[in-house]
Amino acid sequence: MITELEMGKGESELELGLGLSLGGGTAAKIGKSGGGGAWGERGRLLTAKDFPSVGSKRAADSASHAGASPPRSSSQVVGWPPIGSHRMNSLVNNQATKSAREEEEAGKKIVKDDEPKDVTKKVNGKVPVGFIKVNMDGVAIGRKVDLSAHSSYENLSQTLEDMFFRTNPGTIGLTSQFTKPLRLLDGSSEFVLTYEDKEGDWMLVGDVPWRMFITSVKRLRVMKTSEANGLAARNQEPNERQRKQPV
Amino acid sequence: MNYFPDEVIEHVFDFVTSHKDRNAISLVCKSWYKIERFSRQKVFIGNCYAINPERLLRRFPCLKSLTLKGKPHFADFNLVPHEWGGFVLPWIEALARSRVGLEELRLKRMVVTDESLELLSRSFVNFKSLVLVSCEGFTTDGLASIAANCRHLRDLDLQENEIDDHRGQWLSCFPDTCTTLVTLNFACLEGETNLVALERLVARSPNLKSLKLNRAVPLDALARLMACAPQIVDLGVGSYENDPDSESYMKLKAAIKKCTSLRSLSGFLEAAPHCLSAFHPICHNLTSLNLSYAAEIHGSHLIKLIQHCKKLQRLWILDSIGDKGLEVVASTCKELQELRVFPSDLLGGGNTAVTEEGLVAISAGCPKLHSILYFCQQMTNAALVTVAKNCPNFIRFRLCILEPNKPDHVTSQPLDEGFGAIVKACKSLRRLSHSGLLTDQVFLYIGMYANQLEMLSIAFAGDTDKGMLYVLNGCKKMKKLEIRDSPFGDTALLADVSKYETMRSLWMSSCEVTLSGCKRLAQKAPWLNVEIINENDNNRMEENGHEGRQKVDKMYLYRTVVGTRMDAPPFVWIL
Repeated sequence: MITELEMGKGESELELGLGLSLGGGTAAKIGKSGGGGAWGERGRLLTAKDFPSVGSKRAADSASHAGASPPRSSSQVVGWPPIGSHRMNSLVNNQATKSAREEEEAGKKIVKDDEPKDVTKKVNGKVPVGFIKVNMDGVAIGRKVDLSAHSSYENLSQTLEDMFFRTNPGTIGLTSQFTKPLRLLDGSSEFVLTYEDKEGDWMLVGDVPWRMFITSVKRLRVMKTSEANGLAARNQEPNERQRKQPV
Repeated sequence: MNYFPDEVIEHVFDFVTSHKDRNAISLVCKSWYKIERFSRQKVFIGNCYAINPERLLRRFPCLKSLTLKGKPHFADFNLVPHEWGGFVLPWIEALARSRVGLEELRLKRMVVTDESLELLSRSFVNFKSLVLVSCEGFTTDGLASIAANCRHLRDLDLQENEIDDHRGQWLSCFPDTCTTLVTLNFACLEGETNLVALERLVARSPNLKSLKLNRAVPLDALARLMACAPQIVDLGVGSYENDPDSESYMKLKAAIKKCTSLRSLSGFLEAAPHCLSAFHPICHNLTSLNLSYAAEIHGSHLIKLIQHCKKLQRLWILDSIGDKGLEVVASTCKELQELRVFPSDLLGGGNTAVTEEGLVAISAGCPKLHSILYFCQQMTNAALVTVAKNCPNFIRFRLCILEPNKPDHVTSQPLDEGFGAIVKACKSLRRLSHSGLLTDQVFLYIGMYANQLEMLSIAFAGDTDKGMLYVLNGCKKMKKLEIRDSPFGDTALLADVSKYETMRSLWMSSCEVTLSGCKRLAQKAPWLNVEIINENDNNRMEENGHEGRQKVDKMYLYRTVVGTRMDAPPFVWIL
C-alpha cells in the first residue's frame, strides 16, 4: 500500500474507491500544517468538463506531478463530497441528461425536424449511463467506471488499463502479475474487454458505435482471451451469473 | 419487585419498546434479565460482527423482529471495498434452522443474495416486513421469491440499494391472494416495470399506505395508480415527464385532489420542471417532502411548491433552491424539524448553490429544527455562532463545505469557533459532522461540551494527536467515530484502549496510524477486532521489512464478543 510515508510530497495516491473520480481515484495530499492553501485547486469537485478525454489525460497526469500546480484531474478526492453512491449516480446521470438536452436544444435550431434523431437519446429520453461495474478475471475486487465520462472505446480502454494494470508507484495495480500494457481492444493481448448488454448477452466490446454501446451496456468484464472465443453469439450461463454475486 | 409474579413484570415490560431501555432493564437483576430476554421480540444489532446469530438466538428465543447493520458508514462513499463483508446469509440460515418466528427483517449496508432472499421467503410463515437500506448483491429474482412466497407480506421497502434488474416479472409474482401490502417501495430499481401487474397489485391492496415508484413508471400510470389508491399516505413519484395539456395530466390532477391522506411526497426521479403545480392542492397537508433527486426542477418551481407547504416537518432538497429559496422555507415552514440540502451541481458550483446565509435564515425562521444536513460552498464562524444561538436544540448537525480545508471565507480563520459555538449551545447534540479548515481547537471544544455526542465524522481536520485525544477523553457517550485524512496517529489510538469497549466502532483512513500501532492495540484488546483493509498489495505489508512504521491506509476496529470473523476477504487483515 502506498502510504504518505513513502511518497514524496506532491505525489498522488490512487485508491480503489471511485466516489466522484469517474474511473480512478487520486487522494490529494493533505496539507500537514492545516493551512488553507494546501487544498486550493485540489479540493475542487470533479466535473464532466474535466473528462473530455479522461483516459489518456489522467494517465499522463498521475505521472507528471512535479512542482507546478497540479493538473485538474488529479484534484479528485475519493469519497468526497460525502454523498451516497446511489445519489451520486443519479446526479451524474442527471447532468448527462442536462448536457444532452442542452445539446439537443442547440442542435434543434440548426437541424431539420425530419432528420433521424440520434438513437442514443431515445432510451428513456436521455443518455442512460452512470457508474457500471467492471470485473476482471482473476481479480477479486470489482471496480466501477463512469461511462458518461468517456467518449470513446479508446478512453474506456485506457481507463480500464490504468485501473487494473498500471504498475507505477502512486497507482494501484496488481504489480506482481500484469506488467504488459493491455491493448484490450485489438485482440492482441491476453485479455479482451467484454460487456453484458441489456438482454443479458455477453458481447465483445467495440463492434457497435460508441453511443449505441453506452446505451446498451449493463456491465463490463475483462476476460481472458482464451475464454472469449465465440463470445458474441454466446449467452451467459445461469451458474456464471450466480457466481458473480454478491458483488 | 419480589412481590410481583413474573407475568406481571413481563406485562410491564411490554410497554418498554426502545431497545436502549430494554437493555437497561436487563441489567437490573438476574430475574429481570431472564424475564426480559424471553419477552423481547425486537432486537437491534448495530454491527453484525459484534455477535453471531447463535448467541443472539440463545438469548432471545422469541425473536420476531431483527435489525442488522453491516458495513461501516464510510462504505456509502466508496471507501470500503465491495467484498469486505456484511453477508446476511449466515444469519438467515441460522434463524431458519432455529425455527424462530421471524416477522420483520431490517438490513442496512449488508450483502444480500438471491439465495438469502429465497431462503428467507420460505423459512418464516409469518414473515411480514422486509426493509433493505443501502444493500447490494441481489437481483429482482430475489424480490420475486419474496413476492411469491411471503403470504402475509406487509412491507417491501427498498431504499437506495444496488439491485441487478433482470427485467423479470417480480411484480407479477405477488399472488392474486396477496392483499396485505402496506408499504411498497421500489424506487431504486433501474429497469422496466410491469405496469399492468403493478396496477393490479395496488388495486387489490386496500391497506397500501406507502408507494414509491421507480423511474420506469410514467405519468399516466401514476394517475391510474393514485386513482385506485386514494388512501395513500406516502407517495414516491417515478417519472414525471408530461405534457400539461394531456388527458393524463388532467386525470392526475383529479386523482391527486382525492388523496386527502397524503402526507409525504418524494421521487420525481425524472421530472419536467413545470408541472409540480398539480400537487399544490394537497401541499397544505404535507409533513414530508423529498425533492432531492429532482435535479431538473428549477428553484422557482420548488419555491412555488414549498410556499403551500405550511405544515412541513421534513424537507430534503437540492441546493438549486438557493439562499432565497431557503428564506422562503424559513418564513413558510414553521414546523420544520429536519432539513437536508444536497449539492445539485458537480460542475464547480454556480450561483445557485447555497451559502451561510441560507443556513442562518433557516435557523432564524424554524424554531423546531433539530436535524440538519447542509452541503454548501462557503461558511463563516459568525454564521455558525448565530445558528447556534437561534437553534440550541440540534440533535444532528452535519455541515459539509464542499472544498476540504476551506476557512471562514470572510476572515480566513479556521472554523473552530463556529463549530465550538454549536457544540456548546446544543446540549442534546448526538451526531456531528464538520468540515472546512479545522485545527485541534475544535476538538478541544467537542471534548469539553459535546457530552451527548454519539457519532462524529471527521475529515481533513486537526493538527496533532491531541485533537483525537480531546474527543476520546471528553465524549463519554461516543459510539461511532469515523476519521479520514486527518493527522492522528498511534499515540492517540493507543492512549486509552478501554475506551473502545464503550464504543461500537472506530474507522480511521488516510491518517497517521501505523501497522505496529494497530498490532499493539490488537494485543492489548483481544475483545476488539482490529481490521486493516489493504486493497493494493495483499501481502506487501507483511513482507516488507519496514512494516512496523508503515502507515495503515484503512483501519476499522469494533468491539465483539465472538472474536475474529471467518468471512473476511484476503485484503482484510484482522490482527
